[in-house]
Amino acid sequence: MSALLQAKWEPLRSKWGPLLGIAVLGVLLLVFAPAVLSDFRLNNLAKYCCWALVAVGIGLAWGRGGMLVMGQGVFFGLGAYAMGMHLSLEASDGTTPVFMILYDPTTGLPAYWAPFKSGAFTIFAIIVAPIFIAGILGFAIFKRKVKGAYFAILTQALAVALATLITSKIQWTGGDTGLTDFKTFFGADLADSDTSLMIYLITAGLLLACLLVVWQLYRSRFGELLVATRDAEERVRFLGHDPANVKLFAFVVAAVMASIGGAMFVPIVGIISPKEIGAAASIFMIAGVAVGGRAALFGPALGALAIGYGRSSLSEQWPNGWVYFLGGLFIVVTLLLPGGLTSLFGRLRAQLRPRSAAAEPAAKPATADGMAG
Amino acid sequence: MSDFVAPLLNGTADGALLLVAALGLALTFGQMGVINMAHGEFLLAGALSAYLTQQVISNNDISIPVALPIAFLVAGVLGLILEATLIRWMYDRPLDTLLVTVGVSLALKQAFLQVYPSGVPVEKPSWLDGQWHVFGYAWPLRQVFTIVLALGCLIGLGAALKYTSFGRRIRATVQNRALAETMGISTLTIDRITFFVGSGLAGIGGVAASLIGGTNSELGAKYIIPAFLVVVAGGLGQLKGTVIAAWAVGVGSAFLADWTNGSLAQVIVFALVVVFLQVKPQGLFTVRTRGLA
Repeated sequence: MSALLQAKWEPLRSKWGPLLGIAVLGVLLLVFAPAVLSDFRLNNLAKYCCWALVAVGIGLAWGRGGMLVMGQGVFFGLGAYAMGMHLSLEASDGTTPVFMILYDPTTGLPAYWAPFKSGAFTIFAIIVAPIFIAGILGFAIFKRKVKGAYFAILTQALAVALATLITSKIQWTGGDTGLTDFKTFFGADLADSDTSLMIYLITAGLLLACLLVVWQLYRSRFGELLVATRDAEERVRFLGHDPANVKLFAFVVAAVMASIGGAMFVPIVGIISPKEIGAAASIFMIAGVAVGGRAALFGPALGALAIGYGRSSLSEQWPNGWVYFLGGLFIVVTLLLPGGLTSLFGRLRAQLRPRSAAAEPAAKPATADGMAG
Repeated sequence: MSDFVAPLLNGTADGALLLVAALGLALTFGQMGVINMAHGEFLLAGALSAYLTQQVISNNDISIPVALPIAFLVAGVLGLILEATLIRWMYDRPLDTLLVTVGVSLALKQAFLQVYPSGVPVEKPSWLDGQWHVFGYAWPLRQVFTIVLALGCLIGLGAALKYTSFGRRIRATVQNRALAETMGISTLTIDRITFFVGSGLAGIGGVAASLIGGTNSELGAKYIIPAFLVVVAGGLGQLKGTVIAAWAVGVGSAFLADWTNGSLAQVIVFALVVVFLQVKPQGLFTVRTRGLA
């Protein structure tokens, strides 16, 4: 490629390349996958897409914002339980769900369950509840400049606390068993394979939409401010911005994405229990992001899809080995490849590029790789 | 009266156990900025040492006192291995130590689960069977033992930090690493010893924990987050913050659990810690230094 062509190509690539990538992923997920995969595989892929939704948010908060969110299970759980309550009520025709009657035959429907009879309210809750909770928590934490490990520990503690709380309130949440026995999804029969296809398409579509959102965020001024806050919070403050607001926004967006992922998880898997939102689950959600590349656009989503697939296929035949594998991944990736697998492409490209061209963007890698904690 | 005394005494014992778990964390986190998520599994290693010691020495009256130094050594050596193989490569990116040790913690926990799927039973020595009657409350002696143990660790560590030359070096490194290095202190060695001692304390905590509750693979997961909350609330670089925070969390949880229930208490304590950080974002006490780090 001549130097002139390269000079024309480079800005085009960096501007529209990601969009092209999203389009390719869209064709793969929306057209290719339904055409070739069996119902069972497609349902699994839908589940991985839910984790990928969470991962996109984590990539925004952690990769670009430097906030290690170790408790995304909380927001995943908010969305999932909102959806689970709605589907339980659909299954019981708006009367008290069976598990509550089994626990206490005299019980009525708790007041806070009642609004979830409405599908519109459920969707509203799935979006607004995480905004509300993440907003308050983030405001409290970021305004007081609590960050780094403190922040990570606090979010993890929140996930532990919520999982324990849900486990203990058996009469309202189904306890350890969780919410299950759903029959319909907004009126569509869950046993029907067309319904699972529809749910899969919705989930994959939401994943693509979230990727578009973060793509737009990353190339906006906000995206630059977020990276600046990650790398030099004090300087951002000196420049007259309030880093707390920047971080708060990223944290809230990540929370909403986790909540959407959780909500779609419920009709796909057919059950939601505290196990899916506790400390271990929250750590699992980070794994894909770390492996894929936390600061990259596609890294978190692809990583989460891969880890999800790995969990299903490895843990079936080799349940103990899977945990060692996951632990080993954390160690190896963090130690040797903090930018994740996608950073390999960047390194490869830098290797292949002619020396003269490589010398020019030499100042860039610090922002592109995003190693800073 | 007993309504008040029981949670106070039980909570103090819980707090003491938390303190032993948190002391080691405060040491490694405060000095080196290392967030060791495998610390909980070091507790587990301590509990396992107690169990294995009992397999060798059948007399439980002797085995537990013997197990204490063994647990300290076992967990300490685990810590040394962790430091030498992984953590030393990432001192410049502290948040990543958290991820690496999460991986270590997962693997260690799984290994324990595979070898001992139903956990290990640690027998109480007979001299811990009784109760001590305090203000009309029969206080189990093993709780008293936990407190004695915690005080022992605290006094031992505090004295070592204050009066020995090794302790002075640690404090110098905490306060200003660069300056300490220019004074000829090998901060590398100091870090390593600190990690050994901090991890070893987890081993002792594990022995105490095994006497109070059952010992299974979830033992570490149960203590790691509360212990970190204690460290965060207590502030870094000084032991007294950790002590007060551990006691407050222990007693606070016990009272809240008494008034509501155990799980709600956990949520409320978490909320209280967040609220507390609004007032004191750096924790209860912090070391003020001229070092910019």
